[in-house]
Amino acid sequence: MNSNRRYFLKVAGLSTFALAAGVGATVVKAMPQIKEPGDGSFTTTKNAIKGKRLAMVIDTRKFENETDMLPIIDACHKFHNVPNIEGPQEVKWIWQDSYAHSFTDDTSPLLPEQVKNRRYFLLCNQCSEPSCVRVCPVKATYKTEQGLVAIDYHRCIGCRFCMAACPYGSRSFNFSDPRRHMKDEDLNMEYPTRMRGVVEKCTFCAEKLELGELPICVQASKGGIMFGDLSDPESNVRKALAENFTIRRKPGIGTDPGVYYII
Amino acid sequence: MYNAKYIIPGIILFVVIFTLPFWMNIFTPKYNYPELAKPVGPNGEVLECVEPAEWMRANHMDLLIEWRDSALRDEKRIYVSSTGKEWETSLQKTCMECHTDYNKFCDTCHVQNAVEPYCWDCHIKPQGNN
Repeated sequence: MNSNRRYFLKVAGLSTFALAAGVGATVVKAMPQIKEPGDGSFTTTKNAIKGKRLAMVIDTRKFENETDMLPIIDACHKFHNVPNIEGPQEVKWIWQDSYAHSFTDDTSPLLPEQVKNRRYFLLCNQCSEPSCVRVCPVKATYKTEQGLVAIDYHRCIGCRFCMAACPYGSRSFNFSDPRRHMKDEDLNMEYPTRMRGVVEKCTFCAEKLELGELPICVQASKGGIMFGDLSDPESNVRKALAENFTIRRKPGIGTDPGVYYII
Repeated sequence: MYNAKYIIPGIILFVVIFTLPFWMNIFTPKYNYPELAKPVGPNGEVLECVEPAEWMRANHMDLLIEWRDSALRDEKRIYVSSTGKEWETSLQKTCMECHTDYNKFCDTCHVQNAVEPYCWDCHIKPQGNN
């Protein structure tokens, strides 16, 4: 008798539990998914330019002298609110220099005249193995999934380790408030400035890529600078690299730079 | 009670001082939210914010930090709000497009509450009001 009662209670209890769980699950499923304010999610735009290894190919034959290059440099600096400061405290995202200063590994003294005399665009090489990222003590500079080297200015403490680590001199420090060197009416309202005490550099226009637009310098170069994904064999940069002889800056140090120069 | 004439007034005084914040709170005027310059559309209608305005008032700083981290670290620059609408996660391009009056919008509360956010060290204040 006792054992029967006990058995009955066991079965009854388990059945009740099973029933409640089943009913509960269906009710939860059937409940409409109400989102509270602030429960939003993040996504990317559909036409964003994406790639595993975004890179740039510069056709240096199309930029013989500084007059060809200055409009492109200006376009970049104007869009990104880069101040124009003379002297050792200058801030630059893209600039130009001679062959000897650009390709320091090449020791040949007998270069063709036009190669020797040409000016070369210099900018952040967006390395695959960026030494700047390795030394940043606060992870303010980091590699994105697209293979770009980005900076979070909010987090930068201005220690300048990255500037010491960068083999290409691509990084600039804001020794003073950059707004002091720009007129309010010249500021681009679509892009922030930086503040005193942070390091800045070219970003390959990550925010433009997100909107499906090419970097400013590529747009302004009228075909002289190509931009695309190196991991895609059909991309324009892969085609340019297949058809032309290209060199990179300081390839021997193992940073795998992503800016190629057609000589 | 031994020394009652000192102890009892002492206790009363202690209780009054100890509970002073409550008394002061009762007698000070209620905190009023300052009147903000709410963005209006071309026909005078109040524009929809990213999230309900009531929620934004309390949580805009957290939302902005989430936006920042998502845009910079995850490279996701579109925010799908709880109402399903999509917004570009940009302080200058999205927020400031409607909130064009820095002094009468941002600063009104920030000054009253003695908050000094450092957004504007880098981000550019809406033009004409700085």
